[in-house]
Amino acid sequence: MKKDLNFGGWSCPLPLSNYPTIVLGHGSGGKMMADLIQHLFAPQFNNEMLAQMGDSTILKIPAGENNELKLAFTTDTFVVSPLIFPGSDIGELAVNGTVNDLAMSGAQPTYLSAGFILEEGLPMGLLGQLAGSVARACQEARVQLVAGDTKVVEKGHGDGLYITTSGIGLIPPGVNIAPNQARPGDAVIVSGTIGDHGIAIMSVREGLEFETVIESDSAPLNGLVEQMLAVAPDIHCLRDATRGGLAAVLNELAKASDVGIVFDERMVPVRPEVQAACEMLGFDPFYVANEGKLVAVVPEKDTEIILAAMHSHPYGLNAAQIGKVVETHPGLVLARTGIGGSRVVDLPAGELLPRIC
Amino acid sequence: MKFVNEYREEGLTRNLLDQLGSRVTRPWTLMEVCGGQTHAILKSGLDQLLPKEVTLVHGPGCPVCVTPLELIDKAIALATRQDVILVSYGDMLRVPGSKQDLFSVKAAGGDVRVVYSPLDSLKIATQNPDKTVVFFAIGFETTAPANAMAVVQAQNQGISNFTLLVSHVTVPPAISALLESPQVKVNGFLAAGHVCTVMGYWEYEPLAKKFNVPIVVTGFEPVDIVKGILMCVTQLEEGRAEVENAYARSVQKEGNQPAQTVINQVFEPCDRPWRGIGVIPGSGYRLRDEFSEYDAELRFPEVQTIATQESSVCISGLVLQGLKKPNECPAFGQECTPQTPLGATMVSSEGACAAYYRYGRFAKSPETNKVSP
Amino acid sequence: MCLGIPGKVIELYETNGIKMGKVDFGGAIREACLEYLPEIQVGDYTIVHVGFGISQVDEQEAMETMELLREMERLAGDPAELTNFGNPMQEDSD
Repeated sequence: MKKDLNFGGWSCPLPLSNYPTIVLGHGSGGKMMADLIQHLFAPQFNNEMLAQMGDSTILKIPAGENNELKLAFTTDTFVVSPLIFPGSDIGELAVNGTVNDLAMSGAQPTYLSAGFILEEGLPMGLLGQLAGSVARACQEARVQLVAGDTKVVEKGHGDGLYITTSGIGLIPPGVNIAPNQARPGDAVIVSGTIGDHGIAIMSVREGLEFETVIESDSAPLNGLVEQMLAVAPDIHCLRDATRGGLAAVLNELAKASDVGIVFDERMVPVRPEVQAACEMLGFDPFYVANEGKLVAVVPEKDTEIILAAMHSHPYGLNAAQIGKVVETHPGLVLARTGIGGSRVVDLPAGELLPRIC
Repeated sequence: MKFVNEYREEGLTRNLLDQLGSRVTRPWTLMEVCGGQTHAILKSGLDQLLPKEVTLVHGPGCPVCVTPLELIDKAIALATRQDVILVSYGDMLRVPGSKQDLFSVKAAGGDVRVVYSPLDSLKIATQNPDKTVVFFAIGFETTAPANAMAVVQAQNQGISNFTLLVSHVTVPPAISALLESPQVKVNGFLAAGHVCTVMGYWEYEPLAKKFNVPIVVTGFEPVDIVKGILMCVTQLEEGRAEVENAYARSVQKEGNQPAQTVINQVFEPCDRPWRGIGVIPGSGYRLRDEFSEYDAELRFPEVQTIATQESSVCISGLVLQGLKKPNECPAFGQECTPQTPLGATMVSSEGACAAYYRYGRFAKSPETNKVSP
Repeated sequence: MCLGIPGKVIELYETNGIKMGKVDFGGAIREACLEYLPEIQVGDYTIVHVGFGISQVDEQEAMETMELLREMERLAGDPAELTNFGNPMQEDSD
């Protein structure tokens, strides 16, 4: 009866290399999204500014003889369900997300615009509450909302509310922060505990709900960046670790700068409750989203002074050096594991899914 | 986390590795049966820290990887129906079927939902009385008690719009088949700790005796795994072939009796095809006749004749049997990556190929000990 | 297969005639079905897989085994040179 068993048997479905339509994974901040941008969007818009591929784009504006201003410009769209989640909401997220993208170029964010796509049936009270969040977040980040738009879509077409924000800010002279500026020997710093936001969202997601004290870490980071630049203007890279988590950021930097990055898993700050939730669902905390954390790549000699500056800011209390930039294995991120082994920390594939296996 | 962190301690792990290094005198090949163990080994970098005499090969212990193509196509076909809500564990969403995966079905408007527990799928059924919930019941014996309870509860609570698409597989017949195959050369096994938590390990004793291989029930943290390897190698060095338990804080010889009772109440053994291997007799579970009204394949008979399309670039089958390492596959990292998987072993979060790709696809130069691509 | 995580039972109750409970995994608390663990009490630890307790952690056994492991570690002294990865923060031999 066992004669039919062919242990050399080959069996495989047709390869799924090209989805004919967009699927959720395309929005998750991982490889699928990177490929979508690289192969579908980027070829249509061929200019050197878009090619920077930073969190915000740096524009050089002539300003009189031998002078130019550097302006950071960015846009971001906010699509989150539920609209209100532990610790924050889509309104606050929409402001902080764009403020942070600007801050990652070293810019001082000054003006924002916001477009609101409202789904038919969205309660006015809820919309008022979220608009209030937008206003408060602008105040904390010291930016002004100066242009806006609203549209309404039919019921069933919008998750309640989508918000797009765009922002500009001036980059002070002497600041040259970009994803391709990492150099071997630089220190890699993370500004605080990772995975909080993603876990906060999961805790209220249908089918996966659980109780936790974890809240979203949504925060404007421009104040923190300002403090860091004040003590060490020669920061090489800044990146806020949103979708795709810490792993996505480290990989993007390694590739953009064509360097290797090594980090020590034990040095990455993770709250025990986040660790517990990740274990339960089968997530790796390095792939879980954040909304108020940055990764900084700085000259090694400035590590201590920058960490001290971060520790004195409310959004940098748990800042820590987690690793460094190396010459070897360019484009690759390696981690020292808890037991002294090593592993490659790759870009996440797509959507973060809980697993049973 | 209690009962987790202590088993990840570097000092304890290193000490066990040192003991292993002293104990081993010649090459041994061990198979870890459980895909979760494969991932734990590669994620912690344990495979690089083992003495060179000890080789680990990865067995077919990933229910996602061994789920037959037809069953995935059936799930996809059902998910496409307007009157069905396809509910699944997260693992299955990106596994490719013949033409697409459940993610694509969701993109096309199919109602596909992820749950953590099968009891959540019952809630979905009660909240959506106008649709039928099809719960994709995959897993080894570990998951069978949970899937079984969902059916029992559906019956007790009179939830009629709930069905199961069953794809359960069991371990002992697979180990037996592997050991009978002349192609597979393994000296000892690390048995799956959570499967044995449910089923016990008394079923492995006849296997250890018949094939003269040590089988050690092993857990999932670094300390647990090295301990299991150490016990297995010790047996091999001493010429013994017994079943031992290296995960006694969770596993007892007789297993979890109440869980086994409910499994037997709801399911019965059947033959089951394993992707890449073939039909292993008695290696699956199916719903008993008394529960046939909850069988999705009977509720929706049109899926019984799904035609599947096989192609043959992917060597998932050979990897699943431990005959080849993922990086020996010509497609590895080229056409076949976690984003563009050719087979289930690349997609499944615990499939050996995905584990290799994510954690350790690069060789170390022996002179400098430096890693390079 | 089989992601199973230990957690502490902090509450017990019955729903639809089966034994359920709240389990704390160390800061993430979720409901789990404990019908397969008739002896388990509040304060005990259980291994949970897909929302079901599949075993009660034998704390006595765990403690004894851990003691043994720690004793062996103590007796062994310094572990052998780490031949592989080392510490990336100190790796200056690039």
